[in-house]
Order: sequence, then structure tokens, then C-alpha cells
Amino acid sequence: MLPFFFLLCLLQLVGEVIVYVTDLPIPGPVVGMALLLAGLLINKGLPQGLDHAASGLLKYLALLFVPAGVGVTLHFNLIAREWLPITASLIIATLLTIAFCGLMMNFMDRRNG
Amino acid sequence: MDRLYTLWDHLAQTPLLGICLTLACFVLGDWINKKCKQSPLANPVLISIVLVSAVLMITKTDYQAYFNGAKYIHFLLGPATVALAVPLYKNIHHVKAALLPIIITVIAGCLFAIFSGVGIAALLGGSRETLLSLAPKSVTAPVAMGLSEIIGGTPSLTAVLVILCGIIGAVFGAMVLNLVGVKNKKARGLAIGIASHGIGTARKLSVHETTGAFAGLGMGLNALATAVLLPLLYLLFT
Repeated sequence: MLPFFFLLCLLQLVGEVIVYVTDLPIPGPVVGMALLLAGLLINKGLPQGLDHAASGLLKYLALLFVPAGVGVTLHFNLIAREWLPITASLIIATLLTIAFCGLMMNFMDRRNG
Repeated sequence: MDRLYTLWDHLAQTPLLGICLTLACFVLGDWINKKCKQSPLANPVLISIVLVSAVLMITKTDYQAYFNGAKYIHFLLGPATVALAVPLYKNIHHVKAALLPIIITVIAGCLFAIFSGVGIAALLGGSRETLLSLAPKSVTAPVAMGLSEIIGGTPSLTAVLVILCGIIGAVFGAMVLNLVGVKNKKARGLAIGIASHGIGTARKLSVHETTGAFAGLGMGLNALATAVLLPLLYLLFT
């Protein structure tokens, strides 16, 4: 499992290097994720150790964004001032997007048979 | 009492306090979530954030001192983002069931989520900082925060908006899909995965395997699509 945890860190590192060298406006870890996905598709199989390392980390994914989330306390004024555009955007846009994607996929998948 | 304050100051110098506080609040948040029968409204992350913030406020500890310890937990977001490729790979065989419809829906949905989110907030007078922080709200938190930073939003605000977006999808998503008459299980899962990244939703949806798998697929593919398209849109429109 440890070698695969190292692999996850290494791919993030490679991602950061690629982003730095190419000036791509994409987060380094996302490039690492794309590399890992490409690797898995080429390899045509998921090593058990990698599955364990990834599942272990993702099981507590929610915990990992608590520290950043607490940073929202630094922006109380912004939220108090702009609660209306924020709330409206969150609720209306999210529900519209769900309806839009659902209808679109529904329509195309039916035509596909 | 004085010694108590100096003890707190002493502990605040080490990473221990930030780490223990985060873990304690998360364990408590998770416990409350279980007590509430895992209701999406009792989101453990949201509860933890409120609890940690309350403790920091009461003890007059500033965020930097807290983050000094909590950054070790925060750091793991990077490898965890890379690890998202694994669940995506596990669900990728579902893509073969409807390759073109899935790709088109993900790209269109990604753009729709960004434009509707930013558009509605702009119409109601949202500031530039708010709009940029809202733009990646439909994407899973670790990716959304990275994107927010790249386009000049506020990652911590984005993190909270992402969580709220996930809660909204979990609470009202199924209702909206019933309302517009979408019964296709692939379409239902994909829609909720794209629009509200399926965190917490996945558990509820996994009542049906296909819906759960497509929610995971939607979340992973939209993370990739948004990571590529959002910075491009930002360059085009600003």
C-alpha cells in the first residue's frame, strides 16, 4: 500500500512539474489524476494496493477540506453583504443544472436505444 | 487561569492543536450525522467547520495559528485528488454503455453549471470575488479549490459553497428529476453527479447501483471537464 501512496504523491509532483513547465492553468493534482486514469486505462487493471491506498484516502476525503473550509470565517463580511446572490446562485443554478443534465441524458440515451 | 492561557498559547505553537481540533470536530460531526440517520442536512463537514470556527472564536485563536497545524491534514487533498482517478476508472466501463451521450452531457452540463451559477449571482449584484468563487461550485471540493485559486477566487469560500451545493443536490435533486419526468437511472445519476458532485448523494443514490455508478462517473468527468474549461473561459472573458 505504501508504494502506491508514494505513487499518488509522485503523480501529484509530476502534475505540479508539468503545470509549472507548461504554464497550464490547471491544478497540478488534476493533471496527476488524469495521468493516473490514463495509466489505469493502458494497464487495463487496478492493482489491489492502489485500490487500498486510494480508497483509504478517499474514505476521509470529507475530513480533508475542513481546514480550508474553516477559512470561510475570514470572509464573514463578504457573505453577510452578498448572501442573496450567493444563495440564489447556489439553489437555482444547482437545481437548473440537475434538470438540464437529466433531461439531456434522458433524451439522448432513449434515442440511442 | 493565567497559566491556562499560557498553556493554550504554548500548544498553539505546535501543529498538535490544529490537528486534534480538526479531528475531534470531524469525529463529533460524523457522530451527529449518524444520529440524524445520515441526513444530507446534517453534513459532517459543515458541522465540523462550524464547530472548529466556534472554538477558534471563543478562544480568540486566529486562523493562521490553527492552520499551522491543520495544514498537515489540508496537504492530503493533493494525493486524494490524484486518487479520484481510481473510482473514476472503476465506473468507466459504464461509459461504453452510452459514450457519446455521456460526453456531450458532461461538457454541456459543465458549461451550464458555470454560466448559470455565475450568471445568476452577477444579475443579483455579486462582486467579482463572489462570482469567481462560485464558478467551480459544482465540482468536487479538492478540484474546485484548486480552480478557485487559479482564477483568482477565494478557495475557502469555494470549499463551503461546494459543500452547500452538494447538500442542495442531495436534498432536492431527486425531487427536481421527478418533477421534469426523468426516470432513466443513468440520466438521474449523471445529472446529480455533474451538478452537485455526488458527495453524500452517492450514499443515498447507491440504493440503486446504476444511479450510484453514474453519479460517481458524472462527478469524476465533470471535475476533469471543468478543470480544463473553466480556466479557458476565465481567459476568454476577463
